[in-house]
Amino acid sequence: MTEPGALVLGAILLIPALGAALLAFLQDDRASAWLNALVSFLTFICALILLHERPAPGHFLIVDDLNAVFIVLSTLVGFTTSVFSGSYIAHELESGRLTHAYLRFYHSMYQTLMFGMNLALLSNNVGLMWVAVELATLTTVLMVGIYRTPAALEAAWKYFLLGSVGIALALFGTILVYLAARAVVGEGLDAMAWSVLVQNARHFDPALLNLAFVFLLLGYGTKVGLVPLHAWLPDAHAEGPTPISAVLSGLLLNVALFAVLRFKSIMSANPAALAPGPLMVSLGLLSVVFASFMLYRRQDIKRMFAYSSIEHMGIITFAFGMGGTLANFAGLLHMTLHSLTKSAIFFCVGHIAQVKGTQRIAEIRGLTVSHPVLGWSLVLGVVAIAGLPPTGIFMTEFLIVTSTFAREPVLAIVLGMSLLVAFGALLLRLNGLAFGDPDGRSDPAKASLLPVALHLALVLVAGIWLPPAVVAWFQHVAALLN
Amino acid sequence: MISPVALDVAHLFAGGLVLVSFMLLYQDRITGLINIFALHALVVSLSVAWQAYIQQAPHLYITAAIALIVKAIVIPFVLHRIIVRLGIHRTIEPVVGIGLTMLAGIGLVALAIMVMLPITTQAGTLAREDLAFALSVILLGLLMMISRRNAVSQVIGFMSIENGLILAATGAKGMPLVVEISIAFSILIALIVIGIFLFRIRERFETVDIHLLHEHRGEQP
Repeated sequence: MTEPGALVLGAILLIPALGAALLAFLQDDRASAWLNALVSFLTFICALILLHERPAPGHFLIVDDLNAVFIVLSTLVGFTTSVFSGSYIAHELESGRLTHAYLRFYHSMYQTLMFGMNLALLSNNVGLMWVAVELATLTTVLMVGIYRTPAALEAAWKYFLLGSVGIALALFGTILVYLAARAVVGEGLDAMAWSVLVQNARHFDPALLNLAFVFLLLGYGTKVGLVPLHAWLPDAHAEGPTPISAVLSGLLLNVALFAVLRFKSIMSANPAALAPGPLMVSLGLLSVVFASFMLYRRQDIKRMFAYSSIEHMGIITFAFGMGGTLANFAGLLHMTLHSLTKSAIFFCVGHIAQVKGTQRIAEIRGLTVSHPVLGWSLVLGVVAIAGLPPTGIFMTEFLIVTSTFAREPVLAIVLGMSLLVAFGALLLRLNGLAFGDPDGRSDPAKASLLPVALHLALVLVAGIWLPPAVVAWFQHVAALLN
Repeated sequence: MISPVALDVAHLFAGGLVLVSFMLLYQDRITGLINIFALHALVVSLSVAWQAYIQQAPHLYITAAIALIVKAIVIPFVLHRIIVRLGIHRTIEPVVGIGLTMLAGIGLVALAIMVMLPITTQAGTLAREDLAFALSVILLGLLMMISRRNAVSQVIGFMSIENGLILAATGAKGMPLVVEISIAFSILIALIVIGIFLFRIRERFETVDIHLLHEHRGEQP
């Protein structure tokens, strides 16, 4: 038990849990924002240590190559978002949108969310993973509704209803997986430990697995925001506090996708079962096509970037569905870069909505003139997310499209066209937002742009030069996913 | 080995749950809906208790007790209080086309049985029928959630889905306790969420009709 890896593994779960409890009672606003950032930072450090000190897998928790990528990304964005959240929330308090009691609630829920996500990523038990994803979802439901405006309440209610349908479907799928495993592994915890499941998957009853995967894909797919199960996503992003939009887009969608990937590898290990790829490819492609056209009609800036998240989750699902080392590699890298870029964009958007006092795209103009730093950061972020070279997202989209071309040219054409459509929509809106004569309300920006700068720098560097160690690591994971 | 009579009783309870789900579908008063939901929870707790007995799995009694106390007694009581406080206890809720809803429900049950029975041949008789019934209850709950507009009714639809899940989880023999705890846990959390929402919705709109919420959409359709 004194193994260092096990200690760190415990710490990565205990720190956010303790933080949540502590923050629930801390009265001072400034101190709690700092504590929130500190707790998130410690969690991030633990995640980094975990890369080197890997404990042996147990019945409930596991660290392997796949979830190591997710956990580091998750805790990093969790930390930078908590830094951004500090300056964002201070403004919300001044403008009276949040009271002190709600702020305590907000900070406590933020750490609960981190706890839920870390637990979901590290769990070796499909039931435990389900519980953790639910915990994370419910905390975000509460936070989406925190402003208590009619629109926020509607968004939260919609999120809650669709999310609970997802809960139900995913749990039913989990039960079916257990049934399939029980016939081979025997009763008890082993039949739910995913490391055991993968090893024995080739003996499972394929019919049961097929049905289970359909339920799991639809259930967790609701949380990934795949079309046609996406209806909650734009509302939840637009009405909640912006740090939560950043965490939702950057992290929670990934966690749900991670759950799908775990079950996908069980499916792939069984030759008689349905190939999971085509299902994921079609859902992913549908999301990309749908979201890229929907981008044109948005009038709310946060809603627009929410649709962009649907598009990118579609791309990632598509890539993992295509499979193969190259597509998996590109999908994994795309996911990482999308998390970093999209959360950076939401950081900018949060400050922009505060200085302009509105989220309506039509009322925001000429940001590069009125707020040069903020405006240009947004320009950089949007250019990166639209997939212009030399940013990393260009490279991954290029890899995904070309690797698809070699195997399914028709799909590649559809994907490539939708990417262009989305690209056009984003640049069109960006033109109006960032350039031209500024008008309307314009408060001075009191923003901490350090998180934005960090994320964008990482994305830019990734497009030009990826450290060989990272490439090797991602390639290894991509090969494992096959 | 489980005796045939014991199996029949288990199927009786599971089938009864499907019937009560149908009863939920055609209630047009919120008070009646809550009462039938209490019956739903009672049947599920009996079913789980019977499973605990025939599988010799004492931990399932806990699940049964939770279902009985929380869902058959406490929640209906609280919901009755809420609807009285909101003044909607006499409201007649228009159920969109009872005949059509019931037909759709029958179709869903048929679908559930056609899907589950052929593929679960290896899972053992007990799990087999239980899973088919459980899937029926889940689908009927989903149908209820989309055919109702009132927040209270949607919450009841959601909880009937949870009951179906409990049935499925207990039917899968030997499933670790983690899941049962998780179900109870999620219900509790869901309840907190629901409670907060009901209060907040009340504060803002003086009503719990979800239909009115749609007027506040942030964006054009």
